[in-house]
Amino acid sequence: MRLNGIRLPHHKNTENCETVDIKCPERVIISMSQHIGAPAEPTVKVGDEVKVGTKIGDADLRMTCPIHSSVSGRVDKLGEMLLPNGKVCRTVEIVSDGKMEPDEGLSPPVITDRASLAAAVRASGCCGMGGAGFPTHVKLDYDEEKVHIDTLIINAAECEPYITSDYRELMENHERVIGGMKLVREILGIERVVIGIEENKPKAIALFRDKLSGESGFEVMKLRSSYPQGAEKVIAYYATGRIVEEGRIISDYGMIVLNASTTGLIWDYSRTGMPFVSRRVTVDGDAVGKPCNLRAPIGTQISRLLEAAETDTENMKRLIAGGPMMGISLYDPGLPLLKTNNAFLAFKSEAKKEMQTNCIKCGRCIAACPLGLMPAEFERAYDRRDREALNRLKINLCMNCGSCSYVCPAKRPLAEKNQLAKGFAISR
Amino acid sequence: MKEYTVSPSPHIRAGTTTSRIMLHVIIATVPAMIASAVFFGRRALMLIAFCALSAMLWERLIRFVMKRPDSTDDLSAMVTGILLAFNLPATLPVWMAAIGTFVAIVVVKQMFGGLGQNFANPAIVGRIVLMLSFTSHMTHWVLPDNVDAVTSATPLVTEDKFSYLDLFLGHCGGCLGETSKLALLIGAGYLAAMRVITLHAPLAFVGTVYLFSAAVGQDPIYQMLSGGLILGAFFMATDYVTTPVTNKGRVVFGIGCGIITCVIRFWCNAPEGVSYSILLMNIVTPYIDMFTRKKAVGGIYQKDKKEASE
Ligand code: SF4
Ligand code: SF4
Repeated sequence: MRLNGIRLPHHKNTENCETVDIKCPERVIISMSQHIGAPAEPTVKVGDEVKVGTKIGDADLRMTCPIHSSVSGRVDKLGEMLLPNGKVCRTVEIVSDGKMEPDEGLSPPVITDRASLAAAVRASGCCGMGGAGFPTHVKLDYDEEKVHIDTLIINAAECEPYITSDYRELMENHERVIGGMKLVREILGIERVVIGIEENKPKAIALFRDKLSGESGFEVMKLRSSYPQGAEKVIAYYATGRIVEEGRIISDYGMIVLNASTTGLIWDYSRTGMPFVSRRVTVDGDAVGKPCNLRAPIGTQISRLLEAAETDTENMKRLIAGGPMMGISLYDPGLPLLKTNNAFLAFKSEAKKEMQTNCIKCGRCIAACPLGLMPAEFERAYDRRDREALNRLKINLCMNCGSCSYVCPAKRPLAEKNQLAKGFAISR
Repeated sequence: MKEYTVSPSPHIRAGTTTSRIMLHVIIATVPAMIASAVFFGRRALMLIAFCALSAMLWERLIRFVMKRPDSTDDLSAMVTGILLAFNLPATLPVWMAAIGTFVAIVVVKQMFGGLGQNFANPAIVGRIVLMLSFTSHMTHWVLPDNVDAVTSATPLVTEDKFSYLDLFLGHCGGCLGETSKLALLIGAGYLAAMRVITLHAPLAFVGTVYLFSAAVGQDPIYQMLSGGLILGAFFMATDYVTTPVTNKGRVVFGIGCGIITCVIRFWCNAPEGVSYSILLMNIVTPYIDMFTRKKAVGGIYQKDKKEASE
């Protein structure tokens, strides 16, 4: 069976842009909420001296991972920030001394079994680097008695238009990615490792086929260029043929899916003990003069990145964190870089006001949905506030990939309504 | 601080719009329009233009009266007008055609809430109402080439048979847009190539008529090429609004249409069953949709649960 999907323009303008380090910012604003899950609490006070890699935030919660200073300098302020989802979270602002000195206390972790791997991954502050940012240690936190993980899937699909940050990781740091794959495989005793790469990245496919040739247990899986091949359930299905049923998680089926850059980060941490303090981010869009891939400390203001990419901020009308399909539009370029941001896109045009008509029941949204859902019916059921119908139609499975909205000729705001409907269906 | 426009994702949309789809349908009707002009003369073109314009005029008027924003720019009214004209004999007086477009647009479409809300195909109902009200005018068939002289029956009622080739090219009596199967198929091919329609419903429809006719000893090719079957199958049974949304549902729809058409043609003493079959299947479309609903990938359904526990 083939899951549905849609064809998108690729716009991979930055695929050949080597990563460039940006100049050390004078100030970083580090959010205590970097990814889904509960926010961390600052563990430093104003005036504290910090180095690169010094822990500045943590919380003793399952879905939280520690946060580290990305520069060396002094804590200047404990502030607050409005997140795009409307919530307020705490921030630690650090004035940099420009030296970027690493914390002397950092040392490589000792990893011998699953528990120590999970602990190390948590300590590294690692979360999914491809978008939603699921804390990685949670994926490694399963019951060895009950499940055996037999397949590790490395997600390098990068199916959203424009973004090339994972691709650059593959091309520039293949030994990191492969090192991470081998480490996780060995520690967890996994039989099969599959790295899934979309067919629009032939160089990466060739590189990994070459580097992994002769290694048994490793496969390079060429994925069709169709959106959303990089969705976790979708790539897991193509790698193993296993369908994750509602209410269950991927590890229940013996699979772990890690993003390619995340895999590289795990390897790096295991060698150096340097936690997640900087990342690569693609800056592109028609307002950007020099589309590029930048490496920047977490907490760098987006405006700095836009500047480094020679963005025409005068004429910029829209700023999107992430890809055009699932990214979040931001109201303020003063916001900081998060661990989960793989791209910033700046556009000169306003969101197009397209002619919206009633649903013409063309069925395109239904043919597009990778999970076989019926978005047109979701909309009708939500409009009449029919909770039972929404549940029957499995609104809970919708992953907000946006494919339905994309294809709808009547320009119905389907994905947006799905989110509302999802909330409504579980309310009360 | 300069603030930027925020909008929900996705931030890009495909280029296909409702009006562009309608435009494709209009383009797809052009070959049949040309054929109608060739076979029935200028009067056919005039009637098509009249129907298209009057349909848009009715739409504009009724939206104005109902204090709703004008919607003629989605071009759906124009499509309805053209398709209704295709279902009329070239000799029909224009005032009757105007009643047809009124029924289609005002009664069938706008009274139910406008585009996308109607359960029956407006052009089909328009035709049926005209058929019932002005039977003699609506069956006043003329033979191509002799518009003024000979009154002729359609291939379905006449004793003398037309050749397959005449039927295929459109050299036979009938409604102005339905006679040339060649022209219609060119248009349908265009729609399929532009991915406006899928061929599930039309092929199921035509295929069923073929098999059914063969099974009861009728000439299947003759049945396929006669009357409004090709027009109905490719242009009416593919109307999004009034047919099922899934491909599975569309096949069911097509098969249903095929069976009803044959039953009417062979046993009901009525020559042409296509319109009625489509109307009847339009009515059951919500039920077809219900039974052909897709199952979500990874969804657990009540029934499965029961089976699993047994
Ligand atoms: S947003 Fe939800 S309903 Fe729409 S295509 Fe994606 S998964 Fe399907
Ligand atoms: S794609 Fe849009 S117009 Fe077509 S069925 Fe879905 S909601 Fe309706």
